[in-house]
Amino acid sequence: MELLLIKEGFPLLSFLIFLPLAGSIALLFFHGQTFARLWTLLITSLTAVCSLPLLFGFDPASSKYQFAEAYAWIPRLNINYIVGLDGISILLVLLTTLIMPFCVLASWKYIQQRVAPFMFCLLVMETSMVGVFVALDFVLFYIFWEFMLIPMYLLIAVWGGPRKAYASIKFFLYTLAGSVLLLVAIIALYLESGSFFIPEMMWQPYSLTFQVLVFLAFFLAFAIKVPMFPFHTWLPAAHVEAPTAGSVILASVLLKMGTYGMLRFCLPITPDATLLLAQPILWLSIAGIIYGGFTALAQQDMKKLIAYSSVGHMGFVTLGIFVLNGRGVEGAMLQMINHGVTTGALFLCVGMIYERTHSRELALSMGVGKYMPWFVTFLAFFSLSSFGFPGTNSFIGEFLVLAGTFEHSTSLALAAIPGAVLAAAYMLRMLQKVVWGGTANPDQSYLTDLGPREIAVLAPFLLFVFWIGLGPQPFINLMHTSVSALLNQLHHWQQHQQVAAVLWN
Amino acid sequence: MVILPELVLAAGALALFLVSLGKTPSARTAKSVAVVFGLATFAAALFTFQSQDILFYGAYAVDSYSQLFKALIGFSLALLLIFGQNLKGIRLDVRPEYYLFLLLSVLGLMMLVSSVELIAIFISLELSSFALYLLVPMRDDRTGSRVQMEAGIKYILFGVMATGFMLYGMSLLYGLTGTTYLKEIVAFLAKGSLQPTVLVAVLLVLIGFFYKLAVFPLHFWVPDVYQGASNETAGFIATLPKFGAVALLIRFLSVPTNHVQFLTELMAVLALCSMFYGNLSALVQKDIKRMLGFSGIAHAGFVLLGLLALDHDGYGVAIYYIAGYVLMNLACFLVISNVSQAGENLRIEDFNGLYKRQPVLAFVLAVGLFGLAGIPPFVGFMGKFMILTSALRAEHLVVVCLAAINTAIALYYYLSVVKAAYTAEPGELPQVEAHPVIQLTGVVLVLVIILLGALPARFIDFASSVAQTLH
Repeated sequence: MELLLIKEGFPLLSFLIFLPLAGSIALLFFHGQTFARLWTLLITSLTAVCSLPLLFGFDPASSKYQFAEAYAWIPRLNINYIVGLDGISILLVLLTTLIMPFCVLASWKYIQQRVAPFMFCLLVMETSMVGVFVALDFVLFYIFWEFMLIPMYLLIAVWGGPRKAYASIKFFLYTLAGSVLLLVAIIALYLESGSFFIPEMMWQPYSLTFQVLVFLAFFLAFAIKVPMFPFHTWLPAAHVEAPTAGSVILASVLLKMGTYGMLRFCLPITPDATLLLAQPILWLSIAGIIYGGFTALAQQDMKKLIAYSSVGHMGFVTLGIFVLNGRGVEGAMLQMINHGVTTGALFLCVGMIYERTHSRELALSMGVGKYMPWFVTFLAFFSLSSFGFPGTNSFIGEFLVLAGTFEHSTSLALAAIPGAVLAAAYMLRMLQKVVWGGTANPDQSYLTDLGPREIAVLAPFLLFVFWIGLGPQPFINLMHTSVSALLNQLHHWQQHQQVAAVLWN
Repeated sequence: MVILPELVLAAGALALFLVSLGKTPSARTAKSVAVVFGLATFAAALFTFQSQDILFYGAYAVDSYSQLFKALIGFSLALLLIFGQNLKGIRLDVRPEYYLFLLLSVLGLMMLVSSVELIAIFISLELSSFALYLLVPMRDDRTGSRVQMEAGIKYILFGVMATGFMLYGMSLLYGLTGTTYLKEIVAFLAKGSLQPTVLVAVLLVLIGFFYKLAVFPLHFWVPDVYQGASNETAGFIATLPKFGAVALLIRFLSVPTNHVQFLTELMAVLALCSMFYGNLSALVQKDIKRMLGFSGIAHAGFVLLGLLALDHDGYGVAIYYIAGYVLMNLACFLVISNVSQAGENLRIEDFNGLYKRQPVLAFVLAVGLFGLAGIPPFVGFMGKFMILTSALRAEHLVVVCLAAINTAIALYYYLSVVKAAYTAEPGELPQVEAHPVIQLTGVVLVLVIILLGALPARFIDFASSVAQTLH
């Protein structure tokens, strides 16, 4: 338990987990539409404001788990309620809490039917998302990880588009099928290490076979969630059919859970297997980057386009993680945040145009630039950010990832670069069509530009695009200690193993 | 007074008998009497929860083990009687008899969990079974196809066959040891010099309870009986008798056979067969009750997995699992028997748009099905997790992996019902009326399912310590 910095006094993390849940209970009793919207906005804003003390109270010089709380839960199996925050999770928690109020605002007019249940699902979602990122007990983690499927399923299944039944069931089955073996791996780890406390499972001398099996179980669950090529097929369907808020949550937060899981579990719990299997995963990431890029290039549906671009962007993240050096991992973590900001904003933009034209087809949204100057300004900036234009956030992230990849292997890095070019191609293609279109533009004169609510939703995203793009240091500082501690231990482990190998021969 | 719950049930059965004597028996009276006695049984089971006694020349033990099961049975019975009070599928003129046999069957179950002597066990089991056999054909015959008769005859024929096996096993046990008292049998066999016949005898006895639990080779009756019986009867068959079966399985597994290895391997194989057979067959079902029947076979496999460890931890977990399973099944049958307009069978598409027709029931159904699928934080997940842990601790890695894969298969058919309820359009389907009391019962079930799942520690600790007292 010396890894935990127990927080005395107010249990801030538990408060952040359970405030949305408590707020959702009120929605069971009061069904008014306006009440539901205002109440959810209030609760999510309150959660966002209350999560800011995490930032101020966080000690970036320590790699320990901070703000920790520990209570006994199921003593006979040594299962405890333990939550804590370190450099790897703090930005993801903040991303979750800060993005939720905008999801509520984005659903303000989009959702007209059954508003209270919708908001109920959003709040329950927030509880489980925050829970996943702060849980330090594996059973607690798994409960949040799986429970999240239910509200997300309902968000797609009830409020989704025309093929919602297909998309929602595919999403649920894929993710659940991926994580059943994760449960077996968790139990096996518990029987080996005697505890469900995640830090105690790390850096244990498990046998290589055991590590490889556990790694594969982890990897399947996380790779589906990311989603890595070739496990990505649920993502376009889910994104296209989900309501705007659902897409934003899916892109900004849910996908990050996969990569967070890889960083938090695969690397420290199964280091030997990670070193052994990193190479094929790196090439899978490259495949994802290229495949996502080419597929995005061919899409006619804007949401599908952004969904496939997500496959490519998340390929960069897994690439950065598994090159296993400081630049790569920090770049990957920054890229996780960047993707959350940029792609979330792009989905919001598509949602706004969908509210007006009731279509996501590129062909029907051509040439709206003339009538919606505010909208296309935002869209242009977010698209630039999406393909990593210098000065925007993704540039820093992709640059760090590529620098780390070059450090690892030149051929790998060269293989990844076409992905960056492809990103520019498909984003500029979309931008060109939406802003100017061609000679056969449909009549767009009935369109009204963004209102103040919508500008207020998009502006903070733009702020972060430039903040991270121009001054990324504060963000990197937050994660630096934890990342370097993780990598130091990994390298230490690697050398230690080599010594053992020499001794054996 | 230590057998107060049994006395209350017997009194209830007698009262219903009197009601049934009237020239024009009143369904209303029968219903009120049954509900009152059901609640009184639960209250009595709670009241005698702490009792300890040995009755009837040592044949009948009132201990914490039996009282735990009686409380669970009483609770389920009370819920079942409250939400099934409309009895849409039962003819008006036989309703007093219906309740009479229902209470008698529960009486048999309550006696079963307390019996510690072979003949007492047999008599209680038969009391419970024969009353149950009679409930199945009492369904009214509106379709004219008389499926309930087919179901009833199947149920009784298979049941009698299983009983025959069990009786044979009991006779072998008596022949080997010269006593019918379980305690003395265990003590005699523990002294050593075990013959292979002991294993045969124990297996034959287990068959009887595998039949009740619907484990793989003895599952044939399940889908047809569930389909043929009225919704309320199927809800009863699917839930309460499982308690009796698990309670007695645990009692008999403590009989030393000297072939522990063989027994665990056999149970592992049966568990896996049950899961795969149940889940794969459930995938293609159109009728919701048949689907739940096959899912019940799969869950029986999970219970066996918990018993596999053959220690009190595993037994405690198995009790926890079966309690959770019964609660979740009750939630499903609560919805089924109220969505059914006039007691007819429901296909899965009859749940289309239930979310718009009756949101509370749709929510209860979703919780019940997600729970059965083993999604946290419901009790189904914790049960599954604990069972997998105890099986993996006993080093059955392959079995555990296959069981885990089964939960993914099972999700599909549970989800297809949720999908119908939440995404499909209701179309021409009528609104569903549900009395506030029934809605409240549903909400109570949901709360218990969530609470038992989120805070399982105390229940499992208690169940394990109780299972420990058996030895």
